[in-house]
Amino acid sequence: MRSDLEMIDEWIQPNIRVLDLACGPGELLHHLIENKKVSGYGLEIGPDDLNTCIEKGIPVLDQNIDEGLQNFDDQSFDLVLMTHALQQFRRPDLLIDEMLRIGKECIITFPNFGHWRSRLHLALKGRMPVSDFLPYNWYDTPNIHFFTFEDFERLCREKDIKILRWAAVDGHLKDHWWIRSMPNLFSETAIFHISR
Amino acid sequence: MPDVIPADSVGIVTPQIAQFETPLALSCGQVLSSYQLTYETYGTLNEQASNAILICHALSGDHHAAGYHAMSDTKPGWWDSAIGPGKAIDTNRFFVISLNNLGGCCGSTGPTSINPETGQRWEANFPIVTVEDWVESQARLADLLGIQTFAAIVGGSLGGMQALEWSIRFPDRLKNAIIVASAPKLSTQNIAFNEVARQSIRRDPDFFDGNYLNHDSVPTNGLGLARMLGHITYLSDDAMGAKFGRQMRHDSYQYNYGIEFEVESYLRYQGEAFTKRFDANTYMLMTKALDYFDPAAQADGDLAAVLSKAKCEFLLVSFTTDWRFAPERSEEIVNALIKAGKPVSYAKIEAEEGHDAFLFPIPRYMTLLQTFLNRVANRLTTEAN
Repeated sequence: MRSDLEMIDEWIQPNIRVLDLACGPGELLHHLIENKKVSGYGLEIGPDDLNTCIEKGIPVLDQNIDEGLQNFDDQSFDLVLMTHALQQFRRPDLLIDEMLRIGKECIITFPNFGHWRSRLHLALKGRMPVSDFLPYNWYDTPNIHFFTFEDFERLCREKDIKILRWAAVDGHLKDHWWIRSMPNLFSETAIFHISR
Repeated sequence: MPDVIPADSVGIVTPQIAQFETPLALSCGQVLSSYQLTYETYGTLNEQASNAILICHALSGDHHAAGYHAMSDTKPGWWDSAIGPGKAIDTNRFFVISLNNLGGCCGSTGPTSINPETGQRWEANFPIVTVEDWVESQARLADLLGIQTFAAIVGGSLGGMQALEWSIRFPDRLKNAIIVASAPKLSTQNIAFNEVARQSIRRDPDFFDGNYLNHDSVPTNGLGLARMLGHITYLSDDAMGAKFGRQMRHDSYQYNYGIEFEVESYLRYQGEAFTKRFDANTYMLMTKALDYFDPAAQADGDLAAVLSKAKCEFLLVSFTTDWRFAPERSEEIVNALIKAGKPVSYAKIEAEEGHDAFLFPIPRYMTLLQTFLNRVANRLTTEAN
């Protein structure tokens, strides 16, 4: 399992009701269903990913998140998850509001664009960074909003969202003291556990 | 006609008849004292009788879902593309049952059968049957075949309504429900289409208030017209456009009411062909069963409350260009299941065929069914060991 997923696994209580937005092939949800006996659904629009979820027995719904989540009731899930996808949606701010409306808590992971290598790439080359982790060109990337660890933190503050805990990891998803001390500069993936 | 039976076909099949002497109380208040159901089976029932799949047919379907009745048949059963060895509904792993519903005209008791009390054909006097009545009668067929619990119940359109009703009425008797291109109830527009179809039959002078067979007559014009209307609603605008466009019969306009455009000829052909294989009273009954279906009504419209009884897992499928049973209608069922906290998966398949798509072997659709059912079959194997 991807190591950011391993990390958030530790934060998740057993037997809860989970909604995993943009669940991909359902790695995390599958793990949570098998090991933590959670119930819930994944949302995914990729036909192959959807099929993989069904193969694993993960309840998965073909629903475009950008078209809204009105079909989910207020506070109807214990946890709403979104791993490495927030940067792909039209209005991340409104989406976070929706996630916190539907779930009592949310866990969000995203690529930190404030990582020193991204900064250096842009500063020295004068071109948008392309890395192993974000291997897209500016014109074909699904990632339409780039933001940093600090941007996210600030948005939470503006919206009065509680940060229950956070983690910041490198490309190997390792947690080092220097990442902890300067997450905005050293983390490649940021992980936030939030609530209202 | 197949020169040889394809390897992935169930081959030559023979319909069977089950006779029931226990009276069946219908939703309308009438009682059928005895009746018969015609059905086919494909594959083999395992020792635990746990690998059965029930196929529920739609408006104009019947029990002949797969294979051929004879080498001289021009076409296989109506869902042959999905049922067979190695196909999505794999007869190497499952025992598949497909029946003609009560009120039908293909072998099960219906308006063209003899009413034992009068010795005459039922015709207009055949009671109106509902989805609930069908599910009751299907459960009795399952009893007869020694099947307590179905591995899955599968249906498209009106067939999907039957699968949905099963999950509510007999929650312990199915492990999975696959509901394709269906709805929790008809929309006003759908009821309106059905009424036009019925009126076109009823206003045909050859209808004789439904007792046409006793008058040696058949309301072919009315039934044909009903089918033409239905056919338009089963196809998408794009699919019709792609198939016929404005293709004309002649090089120039004829300025008369003969066939000018190919689509006219197609519809007339479809309408006429249908009258040769289908009974008008059955057609009307089937449209009424569609109209009446509304399981949420028993809980003041709260579908989630009704579905809270369900114990099976659900797979819902819709098609993008289906406007007769649009994706939003399937999503109503999905959302009610989410509210009820039930395990459900849902796929909206890109397809250009409109409502008819549920009968087409669209690769993503077939893969999805196969993937879902593979897991069902694997679990049966695990449970048996």
